[in-house]
Amino acid sequence: MVTRREILRSAGAGALASMLPGVVFANADTESRFVLVILRGAADGLAIAAPYGDPAYRKVRGELALPPPGNAGGLLKLDSLFGLHPSLPGMYEEFRKERAVIAHAVASPYRERSHFDGQDVLENGASDVGLLRDGWLNRALTPLGGSLGHETAIAMGVNTPLVLRGENSVTSWAPSQLPDAEQSTIRRLQDLYADDEFFARRLAQAVNSQAIAGENAGEEARRGRNRANEQVRSTMAATARFLTAEGGPRIAVLEAGGWDTHANQGTTTGALANRLAGLDAGLVALREGLGSTWSNTVVAVVTEFGRTVHVNGTRGTDHGTAAAAILVGGAVNGGRVLADWPGLGKSDLYDGRDLKPTLDMRSLFKGVLADHLRISDTLLERSVFPDSGSAPHQRDLVRA
Amino acid sequence: MQQKTVIAVNRFGLGARPGDLKTADRNPAAWLLEQLQGPSRVPDDIRPLDHSSKVLVEVQELRRQERQMSRAAGDAPSENFVRTYGRTARSHYVGQISARYRTAAASDYPFHERLVHFWSNHFAVSADKQPLPTIAGLFENEAIRPNVTGKFADLLIAVEQHPAMILFLDNQRSAGPESTLVRRASRRRNNRNFGLNENLAREILELHTLGVDGGYTQDDVTTFAKVITGWSIGGENYAGRFAEGEPGTFEFRENIHEPGTQTVLGKRYPQSGVEQGEAVLRDLAVHPSTARFLATKLARHFVADEPPAGLVDELASTYLESGGDLSAVYTALVNSDEPWQAMHSKYKTPHDFVISTFRAFDHVPDNARFVVGALDLMAQTPFRPGSPEGWPDTAAQWGGADGLYKRIEWCNTVARVVGSRARPVELGDAVLGPAFSAKTRQAIARAESGTQALTLLLASPEFQRR
Repeated sequence: MVTRREILRSAGAGALASMLPGVVFANADTESRFVLVILRGAADGLAIAAPYGDPAYRKVRGELALPPPGNAGGLLKLDSLFGLHPSLPGMYEEFRKERAVIAHAVASPYRERSHFDGQDVLENGASDVGLLRDGWLNRALTPLGGSLGHETAIAMGVNTPLVLRGENSVTSWAPSQLPDAEQSTIRRLQDLYADDEFFARRLAQAVNSQAIAGENAGEEARRGRNRANEQVRSTMAATARFLTAEGGPRIAVLEAGGWDTHANQGTTTGALANRLAGLDAGLVALREGLGSTWSNTVVAVVTEFGRTVHVNGTRGTDHGTAAAAILVGGAVNGGRVLADWPGLGKSDLYDGRDLKPTLDMRSLFKGVLADHLRISDTLLERSVFPDSGSAPHQRDLVRA
Repeated sequence: MQQKTVIAVNRFGLGARPGDLKTADRNPAAWLLEQLQGPSRVPDDIRPLDHSSKVLVEVQELRRQERQMSRAAGDAPSENFVRTYGRTARSHYVGQISARYRTAAASDYPFHERLVHFWSNHFAVSADKQPLPTIAGLFENEAIRPNVTGKFADLLIAVEQHPAMILFLDNQRSAGPESTLVRRASRRRNNRNFGLNENLAREILELHTLGVDGGYTQDDVTTFAKVITGWSIGGENYAGRFAEGEPGTFEFRENIHEPGTQTVLGKRYPQSGVEQGEAVLRDLAVHPSTARFLATKLARHFVADEPPAGLVDELASTYLESGGDLSAVYTALVNSDEPWQAMHSKYKTPHDFVISTFRAFDHVPDNARFVVGALDLMAQTPFRPGSPEGWPDTAAQWGGADGLYKRIEWCNTVARVVGSRARPVELGDAVLGPAFSAKTRQAIARAESGTQALTLLLASPEFQRR
């Protein structure tokens, strides 16, 4: 049976092709894919990858300390110092296959504690708040080509996040909270727009995206409206469909909230464990959806800053400085923790309260952009991350 | 009916209500210019809103209670507090949005109202950052609305001294390195909490006045930041330990102000106190770069995404000759030829689109959540542009495929709600006049249902442009 999406898709594709003559599609399957996942709200790096082997860990983390590897609900052992949160089994599987790097004590150049400004610096790629108005990932798109209708990057959300905003055209898709317009209405609009290139082109493109995202994508998200984890999972599944579509984007940005755990953060179970489980299920859905394309994929999971080392008065943690970042995917040269561990002793802490940053987040981004997406170091230094001489390109993050 | 009428009502205004085209057709330019004084009193929906100082005190009080409840060290809010705070913030945010969109839907001064929105976006604050959701709409009504037809300098000073802008760009604690407080603190080696913050100064130069290529240097930013140290908010919560000043209102704090003469853009400012910053702002307001920057933005908003160079020159010189008199600039704009050459030269933003839809149905929205939901869906959540740059104003930046698709879905939803109560062909004539194309008319006439006909009208190219 031919579904209405397929009918619309063929109509849309026809219209699109007639307007974009001679577009040559890249061979999608051998090209590298990059997925950036931004955890908004400052995810706790000391819970994502806990330094159970640090002598100060149990004392400073008190009731939020996670049980060491080998115990019930214990950490998943990464090495003799670090363990992964038990709610991340999918990620751990990739780690054991040497397809995940856990980077620790990582921070952007931002050193204050405002979410808004911290996200600004994480995404604009500058050395401080407000210095650049566009995003580093958009600036990195310049050599990657792409055109209207065949954008290289997609924002999986209603709003394009700062990291993808800028001169280069990017596309976006978000599940709708509204019922779809009837098929015949869309058809009639395609007729009505036929002489108006601005509308015709965009509607053709939108119809294509709807087809890629799948018949039930909107419904899935509606069902999952109040279930943040289901939303992460269905958005990840849709991301995989976009990244494997012919002529589709190679780069995707996703955002997930709910990491600002000021109160009742929990340990093996609880609020944070629940969010991590959702993230993990999302990554598994992405991996499954990508199929063989997973082997050309790098996923970077980052957050604007970390959280305090000590537990606060409400069994949570407050805004801190350094955090953990995860690189996972078939193209990752993994199976290791990347950390110049600063320690958790009193004199080791930043401002006497936070994990001290020893690795600049921009070094990780540079490593992935250069070695995975083949962006030249010149472009990285000149425009993608200006003023980042102190954050050298991190080598060997990607399989040769 | 004149083409000029459609442009006046749908591009300069907020979109026609049935009857508006007929009223404006007598003399479209005069219809616009008569609106410049705005309504003689504050619009009915805006009057009952609390003043921002009252709201900030309320928020401050919530925080104080929280501190008392939580004995432990750190800045952790209890769950209960988060809930109470969230409820309070949401009710202010939704109430202010309701007032804004009801006013826009019902206004008899739509050109004036569009100017309020234009300047509110020029001086954008974003409700992503606390406590902005509670006061972003009030900022528009208190700092912008009363000043949109006067001198730009007065608008500028009102904006930069409003607590919303000060909090959004972190100036409340910005302290000069030689200020009394910092010198005292550094003697005690306890100066961690105070330092110079350049955010507000940088955005004033880059986004509010000269523009990014307006000819200032990093030194100008730093010096100007020193000039406006002390521009803060009364009450203890907004600048640390001090408690002086009327809570929730602009307060100049001498003890964090950098003393002495400063040089900005090559000019010396020997004034002391708050006058020093006001003097810089008055000079910035009449700087040729500011004139050009504002003229370009106005021409882009009211004429076309690529504004005609001749018109920009003309508006910039009117601006300078009048000493930054905004009404003189609007008058020059309305009296110039360029805006009237073609209909449909602008793609409506989601904000424009939603308001013009309400106006077409002569409907004043009574459920603000529906408005927020619609704009959220179309990626223009009210007062949440996410950056001090505000929302973009060109089709290239709004014209994403997903945005168009969401708009169509919303049209379809509205059409289902309105159903057969509207007569789409008559409605098209009433709100589009000569802009209503034969093709759309025919598509509507052939539609298979009233809902579909209305969807086609709202999603037609001519209704999506202004």
